[in-house]
Amino acid sequence: MFVRRLRLSLRGWGGVGAMAVGCVLALAFVLLLPLTQSHGEDGGDSASGGGKLATGRQARAGDCVDSQVQNDTWAPSGADGATIEAIKARKGSARKLVVGVDQNSYRWGYRNPNNSDADLEGFDIDLVHRIAKDILGDANDVTFKAIPTSQRIPALQQGRVDMVVRTMTITCKRLDDVAFSAPYFRTGQQVLAPKSSPVSGYNTTLADKQVCVAASSTALDDVTADRQSGKVPSSVRITVVPNQLDCLVRLQLGEVDAVITDGALAASQAAQDPTVALKGPAFTTEYYGVAMNKKATDLVRRVNQILVDYRSDGWQDSYTKWLSATLGADSAASEPPAPQYLRTS
Amino acid sequence: MPAPAPRVPQAAPRRPAFVEGVDRLRAAATTEPGRLRLIGAVLAALIVAFGAVTAWQMSDRAAAADDVLHRSQPLSSSAADIYRSLADANTAASDGFLAGGQETAASRTTYEQDIRNAAEGLVNAAANSEPGSPSEAAVAKLNRLLPEYKGLVERARVYNRQGYPVGGAYLRYANDKMQHEMLPAAQQLYTKENARLASDYSDATPYPWAAIALGLLALAALAWAQLRHYRRTNRVLNHGLVAASAATVVTLLWLVVGHSIARAGLDDSYDHGVRSLNVLHDARIASLKARGNENLSLVARGAETVKVGDQTYDTYYYDFDKDMDALGKGLAQAAALADDSGGSKPVVAAQGNMKVWKERHADARREDENGDYAAALAKVIGPKDATGECFDSVDANLKTALDHEQREFQQQATDGRDAMTGLPIGTAMLGVAAAAGALFGIGRRLSEYR
Repeated sequence: MFVRRLRLSLRGWGGVGAMAVGCVLALAFVLLLPLTQSHGEDGGDSASGGGKLATGRQARAGDCVDSQVQNDTWAPSGADGATIEAIKARKGSARKLVVGVDQNSYRWGYRNPNNSDADLEGFDIDLVHRIAKDILGDANDVTFKAIPTSQRIPALQQGRVDMVVRTMTITCKRLDDVAFSAPYFRTGQQVLAPKSSPVSGYNTTLADKQVCVAASSTALDDVTADRQSGKVPSSVRITVVPNQLDCLVRLQLGEVDAVITDGALAASQAAQDPTVALKGPAFTTEYYGVAMNKKATDLVRRVNQILVDYRSDGWQDSYTKWLSATLGADSAASEPPAPQYLRTS
Repeated sequence: MPAPAPRVPQAAPRRPAFVEGVDRLRAAATTEPGRLRLIGAVLAALIVAFGAVTAWQMSDRAAAADDVLHRSQPLSSSAADIYRSLADANTAASDGFLAGGQETAASRTTYEQDIRNAAEGLVNAAANSEPGSPSEAAVAKLNRLLPEYKGLVERARVYNRQGYPVGGAYLRYANDKMQHEMLPAAQQLYTKENARLASDYSDATPYPWAAIALGLLALAALAWAQLRHYRRTNRVLNHGLVAASAATVVTLLWLVVGHSIARAGLDDSYDHGVRSLNVLHDARIASLKARGNENLSLVARGAETVKVGDQTYDTYYYDFDKDMDALGKGLAQAAALADDSGGSKPVVAAQGNMKVWKERHADARREDENGDYAAALAKVIGPKDATGECFDSVDANLKTALDHEQREFQQQATDGRDAMTGLPIGTAMLGVAAAAGALFGIGRRLSEYR
């Protein structure tokens, strides 16, 4: 009986103790969190951003320059090599080209819930269908795999997909891990803001504005570096969200004043809200390429061959269908440069 | 009623009243009638004190037991209901979102009903929380966030119907608000209400030691008075003192037995009711969260990942696995706590549903990771053999189990409280009767000296 009472009263005190500990912890959080955060924003963030940028731009400085990186690819060829043979040798319903794509990029790779069979659609998807038709004979011989941004390179390295067609920028850093085709689209980082906003581009009009960027994106690296160097006012405040599309949500809710992302994705956001627009020209130049496994030389050559044909027949139609509404009827700014194939080993 | 001290003429020098009183007592105790008066006074005082302390301690305990039954448990249950309604609304919203334009009337109704339940529960909780308390802060926070949440869900719905992917981003944002701001606040409210319930329990169940000690003392004094009476007069029985002893014994027995029964009932209602209810509530929330994350993984389509160690996982699949673990543990605990077939049957059934759910989920996830979104979607929200069925069964079984435990609680706590009914008033009246008996008995002896 006594033990029970003791236990009961202990239980009572245990509850009180837990509450007290909880209160102390909550207080500690409230008091300390602002400290850690402001530290992260001022010191840590820009330092890590700068660090990332440095490795991104200077790695492989000996044999890769970012301004020429789009030419680091194999010359086109229509011949079947080991990789293509293996794809063609797949049996039955598995005889498909396995492609990593995005499902959330409106007008690029997007699953429209209002399509009868909820098929993927967009500019990237058109290109995938063309590649499948050329290699396997049927445009629908494709298995689409939705992969998150952070999984694009691991998926290729582990052979989970044959290629990635997913608004993927060709960079020196990525060339360490995967091989790219010749560029199929030109874009660059761009500012998106409400049409009525005083923000006119990537310039001083961003002063005191809250801008939204996606986590571990080029935009985050650029804006943190440029804020340091003075290319944009140091008063620009940054909101980081998990996905670029979350930026449109924050913009519509008035939590941020502008979004920085690459022009193609900014256009995809503008297409979903007629009251926002791209502001000013792109402030960087980047190229999208089809990414493949580093060893799949024959597949890279084949895709480059397909791209040569696609540029003259198909590319413009696809652009007009998906992108002209937001990127302009004139596709000149988006057209990839005449390809050079400088890779020899 | 005889006065405790005889009238003594005032002495000439003025002395302090206390000293004078003691002297008068001492003077009185030298004569037998004086001693008898003193004994009578002490006996009456002891018995009255016993009655009063019993009435006071038992009315405190009876009030606490009544609070358990009619105030703190209903409030704890209502806080659990707010928590569940919010989690359920979030799950229903993602269900409806996945179905897009084909959203069923059932999922729309569930969502609206949940929001309504939560809003009504919050009004009730606000009325019962003390100003400035953490519960009030949690209620205020939830009141502020609920319309915000609903706004985000409605935007998500509209964009989704137009076929824009930003709808999915809105739903993820709404889900984020729910999972990281609203549900923790609802959980805090629930925890606070549970603490209040536990404190009412610990007010209702301790033994009334003071009353018991006074009762024993009064009995001992009565026994001594009777023994003294027997030795001095050789008479065995003094009717008044015997009646007083009998009344005191009855009061003491009533007190000890009544309280023990009440205590047993309340302890049972805690062990078999409240503890089971808590575990089942937690399991139900875990299953709701798991279902929400399962849906969200198909809404997000890989838009969010989480890095654990070197591995990168889809945020929602990762959370789903965690929630299912919590559900499994909760169900195992509930099965161990269930003390009859009425309680254990639905829990065992829910464990079976959960097993099928896990298998089907693995299938659906495989389809999703292989890129067959349509097949994955069919396996999650489809009309046949989908994980949705399993979730519905888990939820229905947990509801059955909760209803059963709620009835058990109600039954046992009512029994416990009823065992204390009448105890305060009854013991007070018996105490007065016993005191009167003692005075009557002593009075009879005193009259022999007149």
